[in-house]
Formats: sequence, structure tokens, C-alpha cells
Amino acid sequence: MGSEFLGMVNYWLSAILLLLGLHGMLMRRNLIKKLMAMNVMQVAVIMFFISLAMKTGGTAPIEQPGITEVDAYINPLPHALMLTAIVVGVSTTGVALALLIRIYRYYGTLEESELLERMQE
Amino acid sequence: MRTPFGSSILDAACRLPVPFIILFAVYVVIHGHHSPGGGFQGGAILAATLILIRMVRGEDDPWGLDRTRAAILASCGVGLYAGIGLLTLVFGGNYLDYSVLPLPLVPEKVRFMGTLGIEIGVALGVTGVLVLIFDALTAGETQESDDGK
Amino acid sequence: MTPFHTRQCLTWLMMLVVAGILFYADRQLPRMGDPRSPASTHVSPYYIEHSHHETGAPNFVTAVLADYRGYDTLGETTVIFTAGLACLLILGVELGRVSQGEE
Repeated sequence: MGSEFLGMVNYWLSAILLLLGLHGMLMRRNLIKKLMAMNVMQVAVIMFFISLAMKTGGTAPIEQPGITEVDAYINPLPHALMLTAIVVGVSTTGVALALLIRIYRYYGTLEESELLERMQE
Repeated sequence: MRTPFGSSILDAACRLPVPFIILFAVYVVIHGHHSPGGGFQGGAILAATLILIRMVRGEDDPWGLDRTRAAILASCGVGLYAGIGLLTLVFGGNYLDYSVLPLPLVPEKVRFMGTLGIEIGVALGVTGVLVLIFDALTAGETQESDDGK
Repeated sequence: MTPFHTRQCLTWLMMLVVAGILFYADRQLPRMGDPRSPASTHVSPYYIEHSHHETGAPNFVTAVLADYRGYDTLGETTVIFTAGLACLLILGVELGRVSQGEE
């Protein structure tokens, strides 16, 4: 029971980080804070995948000259997938910031309540 | 961030790390096969150098990368990647099948050279796009210098 | 109740539901570091065993990203290029000419 508890800690931490990001996105009223919470959610998903790639006693996925068995290296496939995910996160953040700059130039504010008032007019 | 910052201390201080960072970025790209690294990582480091120069010395400095050249660099990077793929189609293999390239090497080294080519393409593309995003986001800003002129 | 309190109650309710789903599904995931987990036994041993003598790169991650799954990396580079173009278009930035002299 104790080892099973310790073996699941990484999934719980990723879930807690995801929930923190979700709370930030729903509760904060400033648009920039919502964007940063979205980034936190992306990091949580990336950490979840990277922790799936771990093998006990394995080393970095670069081939050492003498060691040839499969269990001595950690799984390289989630690392390659998460490189793509990080770049997609950068792209999304860049486009979101461009949209926020346009909103600020047009309405003069980034607070959600004031934005909704000014959009009614 | 479009005009020079106006401080000679910053100008002198940014001259020192820039060559080393560029060298490290090229090292990370080329050593992607033997150590952690590759195209995306090296491109991000190179873009950080160019953004540093742009922040300290302004937009029109000949050291940095202006907007048009950044767009050309980004397009050349993506074009190099797709171009290597088309080259493998021309020589009779599948798309991005590096083993049909006519290089005078052992078959696994031919694939090595193919992946090195596309990693360079990825690095150039990522560099150009990151500098372009920075330039687009700061396009309307004016920067106050230290004495508030 | 004020709109803020309504929003707060609904947010906590939704977070409890999502937390319940996540922590219920966490029980069925493999233990961390398990070498026999399904993620490490399907196609990944092939990449680890054959990567060096087929692609010439000792780094398995680069070999997977640039050689075995090179088409996905092409799509990925297109994604970040499109994001750069979208930033330029949204903010109305013009690109000038580089060859001719200035006006």
C-alpha cells in the first residue's frame, strides 16, 4: 500500500497543477491572468507525459557504447512527442498575446467586467 | 524596444555574451545527434540572442535581424525542410526517406546527413519565427529612455 | 447571491467534478517507473534497439523526432510558422523590401 501510494504521486501532482490552472482560468478576471493559467495547464499535461516515460534504473535516452539492453534507457517516445507540445504551446501563447494587444488597443482595458461594459456600447 | 535603450553600460555588457551564446546555439543544433539538443532548442537560443540585441540596441541596428530578413529566414527554414523531402521524392524514394539520397557514404550516415539537414532547417525556421513574433508584438511601442525624454 | 458568488460556487463545483474524474482514473495508471508499462513495451523497444545502426544517431529522441517521425516534425514546423504569420496578420504589421534603398 505504501509503495503503491508513492508510485502514483507524479500523477496526483500533475492533476493538482491542472486543477490550479483550471481554477485560474475560470476565476481570474484579467485576460492576461487567464492566459498564464492556460500556460500552467499546458505545463501540467507535459509533466504528466514525461513522468510516464520513466523506467526505474534507466538512464538518459542516449546510447552509451557498452549498454545495449532496452530497460537501461528510459522511453524516448513521450519526450519526442512533448517537444512538439512545447512548440505548440509557444505558438498558442504568441497568437493569444497578439489578440490581447488588439483588444487593448481597441477597448483600452483588459479587465473582463469593463470589457463587457464597453462592448455593450 | 524599437529605439536603442540609450545606456552605454548595457551596450557594452551585451557585446560580451553574444558571440558565446551564438556559438553555443550552433553547438546545440549540430550536436543534436550525440547529446540532448536539436533544431528547436538551438533555434530558441539563437532567437534569444537576436532578441537581446534588438532590446538593447534598437530595431535598425545592423547587428540584429530586421523584420523582413526574419521573415525570409523563417521561410527559408521551412522551405529547406520541405525541400529535402521533395529531393527524396525526386530520387525515387518516399517523401522524407533519406536513404535514397546520392551521398557517397555508408547508408546509416546518409540518414544521419538527412536528419542534420532538416535540423538546420528547423533551427532557422524557429529563429525567424520567434524574432518575427517579438517584432510583431512590440511594433507599436515607444520606449522611454532613462531621463524620460 | 451576487454574480461573483455564483461564479465561485460553479467553479468549485466544476473543479470537484474534474478532480473526481482525474483521481478516479489515476488508480488504473501504471506505477511510475514500471519497465513493463504499456507505454514502454509497444513500439519503443524497436526504437531503442535499432536506432543507432539504422539512423546513425546515438540520441534516440532525435532519431525518433527527425527520422522515424520526420513528417510530424514537418507539420510542427508548419504550425509555428503559421503562428508567426497569424501574429503578423492580427497586428497589421507590414513587411518592407530589403533589396532596394530606402525612399
